[in-house]
Amino acid sequence: MPGTFEPLPGGGAAVALDDVEISIIRSLAVQLLELIGPGPGEDAPDDPLAELFAEGPSEPPSDPVLKRLFPDAYSDPEGTPEAKEAEEQRAYSSEFRRYTENDLRAGKRDNALAVIRSLDALRPVDDGGAVLKLSVEESRQWLSALNDLRLAIGSRLEITDEEDTDLLYRLPDEDPRKPMVMAYLWLGGLQETLVSTLLP
Amino acid sequence: MGPVTSPAPVEIERTESAEEVFAVPEPDVPWVTIVHNDPVNLMSYVTYVFQTYFGYTKDKATKLMLDVHHKGRAVVSSGTREEMERDVQAMHGYGLWATLQQDRK
Repeated sequence: MPGTFEPLPGGGAAVALDDVEISIIRSLAVQLLELIGPGPGEDAPDDPLAELFAEGPSEPPSDPVLKRLFPDAYSDPEGTPEAKEAEEQRAYSSEFRRYTENDLRAGKRDNALAVIRSLDALRPVDDGGAVLKLSVEESRQWLSALNDLRLAIGSRLEITDEEDTDLLYRLPDEDPRKPMVMAYLWLGGLQETLVSTLLP
Repeated sequence: MGPVTSPAPVEIERTESAEEVFAVPEPDVPWVTIVHNDPVNLMSYVTYVFQTYFGYTKDKATKLMLDVHHKGRAVVSSGTREEMERDVQAMHGYGLWATLQQDRK
């Protein structure tokens, strides 16, 4: 079935994709890579230790997508801390960010790159499109990347509660958000069926 | 990086007064990792993450996922602050929205 991952005998998963679907996933993954940005070592490629010792940022990103991908670790969204406690949480969150955000960005970059690589390795079949076959390890990377893509689109569409999703289902065809919503829902189907191939 | 300098100063042990010796130490309050609800993350994916990363059974992972979904949040692990920072980092890696805090009740 199109848009549905099926388990492969012996592990892994497969899905049939047409040319348009391939180019949509690829372009979204490239956009995600650009948003996440290069690693700290890429500014100083001659220094192999630069990446190792580089500290991450201490302030949360301003872009809403990045803010969602790299949230504050110490700020309870439902909490109502007093001024002193809030300041302490901000300080802890900054410190956490400095030591983790570079690694987190690298992990998300790797997953998006794995998606692009497997799409670029596809051999087209006669009537266009191709069958994408993933190993278990590739499936895990795809799963995380699909989730990041949906978080990114969800953030751009300003989906903040369940009701927002219900509204998106009922958008009229002429709404400018419609294509983005279609992609969001379709990626959700891909992710849902890919998870089911990985669950024990 | 500069030349090698002398090691960090050794912490000088203070002679504690009798009073301090008998003072009751603060009990070790554990830290917890909390996962927050997010309308984008699929229920099946959240369950998968709890099973894969924490090694929870399908039943336990499903129960925690439903708590996140219905109550808006769930405590998914507890331990030292360092352990919880590791868990929160892992959750962010999976794209789940997680925070840590001391388990004050």
